[in-house]
Amino acid sequence: MSATHTDLLIVGAGPAGMAAAVAARQQGLSVRVVDDQPAPGGQIWRSIETVAATPRLTRLGEAYGAGAASAAAFRQSGAVYEPGAQLWQIEPGIRAFVTHDGRASSVTADALILATGAQERPVPFPGWTLPGVLTVGAAQILLKTSDAVPEKPVWIAGCGPLPLLYMTQLLAAGGQIAGFLDTTPRGRLGASLLHLAQGLSQLSDLAKGLSWDFKLRRAGFPIIRHVTEIAAEGDERIERLRYRTSDGHSGEVPAEVLLVHEGVVPNVHAPLSLGCRMDWQPAQQCYVPALDVWGETSQPKIFVAGDGAGIGGAQAAELRGRIAALRIAAQAGRITDSKAEELAAGERRALKRALALRPFLDAYYAPRAQVFAPPDETVVCRCEEVTAGDLRARAVKGRPGPNQLKAFTRAGMGPCQGRQCGYTISHIVAAAQNRPVEEVGFYRIRPPLKPVTLGELASLDEPEHAA
Amino acid sequence: MFRKLHDPGADALTVFIDGLPVPAETGESVAAVLLRQPQGWSRTTPVSQSPRAPYCMMGVCFECLVEVDGKGSVQGCMTPVENGMRIARQQGRRTLVA
Repeated sequence: MSATHTDLLIVGAGPAGMAAAVAARQQGLSVRVVDDQPAPGGQIWRSIETVAATPRLTRLGEAYGAGAASAAAFRQSGAVYEPGAQLWQIEPGIRAFVTHDGRASSVTADALILATGAQERPVPFPGWTLPGVLTVGAAQILLKTSDAVPEKPVWIAGCGPLPLLYMTQLLAAGGQIAGFLDTTPRGRLGASLLHLAQGLSQLSDLAKGLSWDFKLRRAGFPIIRHVTEIAAEGDERIERLRYRTSDGHSGEVPAEVLLVHEGVVPNVHAPLSLGCRMDWQPAQQCYVPALDVWGETSQPKIFVAGDGAGIGGAQAAELRGRIAALRIAAQAGRITDSKAEELAAGERRALKRALALRPFLDAYYAPRAQVFAPPDETVVCRCEEVTAGDLRARAVKGRPGPNQLKAFTRAGMGPCQGRQCGYTISHIVAAAQNRPVEEVGFYRIRPPLKPVTLGELASLDEPEHAA
Repeated sequence: MFRKLHDPGADALTVFIDGLPVPAETGESVAAVLLRQPQGWSRTTPVSQSPRAPYCMMGVCFECLVEVDGKGSVQGCMTPVENGMRIARQQGRRTLVA
């Protein structure tokens, strides 16, 4: 393998990327893995190699501990691993541009797996930009990477499995919870039950969720159900938290840290920039790349595996990574198509089981309507500080789409490139113009996917240093 | 806002935030250290100079932009600390340094 060409390029070293690398190496492919984190594991297994050697491992739970074996297998796979590398452009063909230690470089590949995972769904509400308001995922990353917890009893708001998991981890670590504002709407269980039958094969996951719920109820902090509105208030940082429930109950409490979470959505910037066909997922109100049974996108030799292919969790991510690697090995002539089918059969059965509970979870934790309809004074685009009111006023003049609104207001033009405001903008436009949100669409995603400096760009022309 | 649960021991190092020495640990990010400081905020915005602090900790929100060793608008949550690192809270717009 030359320094700049590889059979398979994998972006992301989480469960999907690592498993794909191991599987592709087993079939004799040269593999290069670029990842923006300093160590393998993705978000779910952040810092797993460091934490595995400490007593902290136990209190983070078994699912986290499982990452140690996966990371070890990845390290031994023979894949070229480039941590701390940010992808900022990717072209069909396949050519990828990354920056690493202030230098830009490009790599070509015969096949690509985007294993870029998911991000927490951004949930704008008044005051969500104040220091002290973070996502639950952010707090969990702080627990894994820094062994850090909120100094004082913390307020947590939202819904989904992650807040429950984090709260149990936080209590096990010795942290304190001031209260949980559960935003799951009333009546959700009934609406989701029809999906439960197919999820029964994943009883252990259900039991795990119920055991978290049981532990938290016994922990003695207030749990306020059916919360519909949240506002953070304070001058230079959050000082107070206000909330209202669907039955009109409201409250105001002092808060130094508020953690929020309303589910996770696939990272879509890379597949969107490549022109991959995307499907609208109505239950979770997000885009997922259109994939064949191997995970190949509408662009030949470009695959998506892991939560970027649709939220499925670590186990499904590893299986999807292996399945994609088998197809790529067959396309490269390393194995026959029938051998790939034979090897994939068991992985597919396991994948079906791993995803069995997903339709129930997607329905039970479907985002509530308020997530996409923040009050007018709410900052929607955090980077350029554009409010929901600004956007609504503009959205009714001449039926602009998200890209025109971006040009008019600068929303989506800041360093995050619409990662925090994209879906909110689409929903605000849809509501203002009385159109379905999937018809409104999303920002057109162009390079650079992440900010790149002129100095980094200039370094592209410099010859590679010999290794 | 946050506190560390263990003593870093041999992994302890020192970084400087706006010139003041602050303890940190090998393997953690600049943003994680900033969240342990009493000030709360870690930058002010270019548009309205409103205070901000790390929000997502996974590289997607860009709220943790700080100056690191003289380089502006570095993502604090994506940057592992190094001994002697000089971190500065970024105020308003970036300025061009000749």
